Formats: sequence, C-alpha cells, structure tokens
Amino acid sequence: MTELNQERWAIEATGLAKHFGENRAVDGVDLKVKKGTIYGVLGPNGAGKTTTIRMLTTLLKPDGGTARVLGYDIVKDADQVRQRISLTGQFASLDEDLSGMENMVMIGRLLGFSRKDAKKRAEELLTAFDLFEAAKRQVKNYSGGMRRRLDIAASIIVSPELLFLDEPTTGLDPRSRNQVWDIIRLLVKAGTTVLLTTQYLDEADQLADRIAVIDHGKVIAEGTSGELKASVGTGKLHVRVFDPEIRAKAAEVLEQTIQTEVQLGTDPLVLTAQVSDTKLVSKALLAFEDANIAITDFSLGQPSLDEVFLTLTGKPADDQTKEEAAE
Amino acid sequence: MSKVNQAEAIEKALSNRARPKKASALSTCLTFSGRMLLKIKYVPEQLFDITAFPVIYLLMFTYLFGGAIAGSTAAYLQFVLPGILVMTVVMITMYTGIELNNDIKKGIFDRFRTLPIWNPSVLVGALMVDLVRYSIASTIMLVLGYILGFRADGGFGGIVLGLLILLLFAFSVSWIWTTLSMIMRSEKSLLAVSMMILFPTTFVSNVFVAPETMPSWLEAFVDVNPISYLVRAVRGFMEGTPDYQAVAWVSVISLGLIVIFGPLTMYLYKRK
Repeated sequence: MTELNQERWAIEATGLAKHFGENRAVDGVDLKVKKGTIYGVLGPNGAGKTTTIRMLTTLLKPDGGTARVLGYDIVKDADQVRQRISLTGQFASLDEDLSGMENMVMIGRLLGFSRKDAKKRAEELLTAFDLFEAAKRQVKNYSGGMRRRLDIAASIIVSPELLFLDEPTTGLDPRSRNQVWDIIRLLVKAGTTVLLTTQYLDEADQLADRIAVIDHGKVIAEGTSGELKASVGTGKLHVRVFDPEIRAKAAEVLEQTIQTEVQLGTDPLVLTAQVSDTKLVSKALLAFEDANIAITDFSLGQPSLDEVFLTLTGKPADDQTKEEAAE
Repeated sequence: MSKVNQAEAIEKALSNRARPKKASALSTCLTFSGRMLLKIKYVPEQLFDITAFPVIYLLMFTYLFGGAIAGSTAAYLQFVLPGILVMTVVMITMYTGIELNNDIKKGIFDRFRTLPIWNPSVLVGALMVDLVRYSIASTIMLVLGYILGFRADGGFGGIVLGLLILLLFAFSVSWIWTTLSMIMRSEKSLLAVSMMILFPTTFVSNVFVAPETMPSWLEAFVDVNPISYLVRAVRGFMEGTPDYQAVAWVSVISLGLIVIFGPLTMYLYKRK
C-alpha cells in the first residue's frame, strides 16, 4: 500500500485506443501525469478528449493500450480507481430535478457518509462554493457558473486524489470562469492532482503545468506551455495602428524594416509578423515614427498557444466543427 | 462573501479529508430510492398512471364486458378484479423502463458509474420505489372494487398473499424493461416494443374470460402464458382457494427473469 502511495505518477497511459465503428476516436494516446500537478489536455471538439477521460475514469473500456491511474489498472482494478478519483463531466454530472442540497447529500450518502455527516459536509461545501443560498433550489434553475461550482463541490465531498474535469469552463462567462480557475488552483494546493480538458488555449496556458495537445485521437505535442511555445520557434510581433486607413501603409513600412512577411489580422487595426532578429524590431518602431504612423500597441511576445496549435496541426484551433465523437 | 474568505472556506473544506467506510449495498439502494421519491415530490403528476389506470380499467372492463360475459356486472367483478389488478400492475411496470431510458441519458449517471458503489443499486433502488407505486395502484383498485361490491373470500390474508406474488412478478418483469431501456435509443421505440409485448400477453390470457371458452389453439397459448399463471395464483389467493401449482410456476418464472435480465441489464449498463 505504502509503495503504491509513493507512486510518482497519477496517470500513466500507453497506447490507449478506442474505436467507434470506423471512427478511431482515440488512436494510441500516451499520457504521464505527475502527482500534485495540473495537466491540461488540449484539443478541438472531436479530438478525442472526452473519450480519453471516459476511459481513464473507467466509464469506457479501451479497445487497445493500457493505463494505470494512481497505480491501479483501469480495467482490472476499476473499483480501486473509482475509490480514488472523481469526475466532473462535460455536461453537469448532477441531477437537475433535485436541489443543490439534495444532490450533495445524495452523493455524500452514496460515498458512505451517514445522513447527518453528509448534510454537514454538504453545508460546508455549499457555503465554501458560495451556493448556500441556492441550496434549496432545483439545479435546473441554476446558472451555468453555479452548476459548475456545484458539480465540482460534488466531486470533492470525499477529497479525491485525482480529479478529472472535462471542459470545466466551456460556456461560462468570464467571471464564473475565473471562479472555477481559482477553485482548481486551490484544489491542487490542497494536494489533489487535476487532469482537465479544454479547447481554450488560454485556459491550458493559465492553469496547466504540462499540456498534451491532442488531435484526431493522437497526442501531437506534449510539454510545458513554455516548451510548446518555444517549439514553434520565433517570437511574434504584434502591432496595433491608431487608424484602420493607415494599416496598409504601416504593413509596407514594417515589411521593409524587418524583411519578413507581415500578416493582416482580422481586426482591421492589427498587424502581426514572425520575427527572428529582435534588433530589427526596434528599428521598426523608429520607422513608424519617421513615416508618421500612429500606433497604439507594439509588442513582441512568445507565440500564443493558438499559434502553436496552428503550427502543429496546420490549421487554426477552431477550424474543426466535428462533434465530439464520444456521445 | 469576499474572495479571501471564500478561498479560506474552500481550503478548509478541502483540508477535511474524511473518508467514510464504503456504503453498503442496502444503504446505496435506499439512497437511490430516496432519489426517486424526491422526484415524485417535485413532479407529483407522475403518479397519474398509478392512480388513474386502476380506476379507469376497473370501471371500463367491469361495465363494458360484465353484462355480456357473466350476465351481470356484479358477478363479473368478482371474477375479473384479480385479473385486471394483474393487468394494470404489469402494464405499469413498463413505465419503469421509460423512466430509466430518460434518466440514463443524464450526466448524473456518469457520476453514479464512477462512484465506488454496488452498481446495480441505482436500478434496484428505483425498482424498490416502483414496488411502492404498484402497491398504491393495487390498493386504489381494491378499495374501488370493494365499494363496487367485490368481496374476497380469501379474506385480508388472501389479498396480501395475492399482492405479494403480484409484486414479485412485477419486480422481476421490470428487469425486461430495464434491459430494453438500455438497448432502445428513444423513448418512443421503447414504448412501441413494450406495448407489442404487453398487449398480447395481458389480453390473450385468462384475465377477462375463462380459457375453456376459447378455440383450442388459443387456449393452448393462454394456458402457458405466464400472465395466466399469475392471474391463477392471485385469483386463487383472493378467492380462498390457493393454486399452489400456479404460485410455484410464477416464482420460478420470476426468478428466471431476474437471473437472465438482471445481469444482462447490468452488462449493458456498464457498457453504455
């Protein structure tokens, strides 16, 4: 037992695969998640994120490959796995017909708490998650953010060693999203390992210690967000002009100075360019002044994960509209 | 609540790493029963089937057929009530499958399936509540029957024994519907299949008329129809002339249904 607890990896998956007929939803996924970290699985809709999570949480049997979760085989020791993990699904894993309190007490009872203890724990968590006032209302009347918070609260009635969050912030407004992020950070601080899937690059960037980029059921890149960005290489120059009328002229000036191709953003004020020589960048600033072009933003940054994704897959992250195949 | 306080509250809640003992199968079954009862609390209309069906069926069949079949409605009531009771309860079992078919599409089932609990308890718990529903339906029909003039020669004990064998069968047959509800993708197709099974088996039986009045080929079918055995058993108890052969057959059939369809349901449930 002690040996298993000292296990370094929360998740070790090798060649995990799941096919639905012709559709190879997950096609050989390798993952290694260190204990006590946040691991982000990033990919567009239909990339196989949900299917991967469903296999790791024992909801689906893999067609190929193996995985150990907290040292236990997901097929052979499914019961052991279930005792140690919690899942917050993509669609709220709650009973919409019951109230928040009833949901919490029910799940507490199923986990083995006495009625009294289940109620006490529910009250504690509902208060902590700012849901106490809504405790008596049916979940179907909750807002998206409240639902998510209740969902996470329900997942930690017994603090799990490993928490799976399937797209925890999809469809949330920015304020609710930040709340969920704060909660996730606190969870990890308290010692829980978190695996989250997301289609938002920003989210993976903000939260995850390591990220696996997944597309068409395969991991196409893995590393810290810094490593992923560095793999794309050069930094990116971002310029915002004051007036859309002068953008064309600004592009011309910029192209001449830094001697690389300049892209016009969809925003009529924005210009971007990949730069390899940073010295040229400072020249560009002077060149704008000489040409009397007013700019409101001029920044050189690491490539965003968006660009990483674009480079890795050869297409923008949001270019796929295929529905998640895990249904 | 301020942000800092909330962070503290969450940290405090998280620091509580109490891990209770695994819940017993009985306890989880009861929790799932409680879930179904809460649903009834929020949508009491779902009791419509168990309150309206017994009344409508009993009145309709007694007064529609009574004069023609038995010469008088009073005499027919005495014969037909146990049969209609069986038919009504068996018909109502169908809703178990429909409810489950609806329910299982919801996200909460993902959570149930990842909890360290005895897996069948989610279904067994629901079926336990269904037994209460069947009991209510039966009571309503028996009370109405009494008002209309039905008298059980088997007395109160006979009625209770009749109900018990009926509930055993209803519980067992429900596993057919739970199996089907895992296979059928829509409520509509499930309803169609259930009706296709239920209509012939309940009507082509000894519920309404004595089988001796039928053509021999039909009588042969009626005689082996499990519903006929059940009706014989229930009727026997209520009339005070227990038909132990029928009781034995019903028990065997019931156990058979559970043994086949219980594991089959769970197999499909785990794969869903």
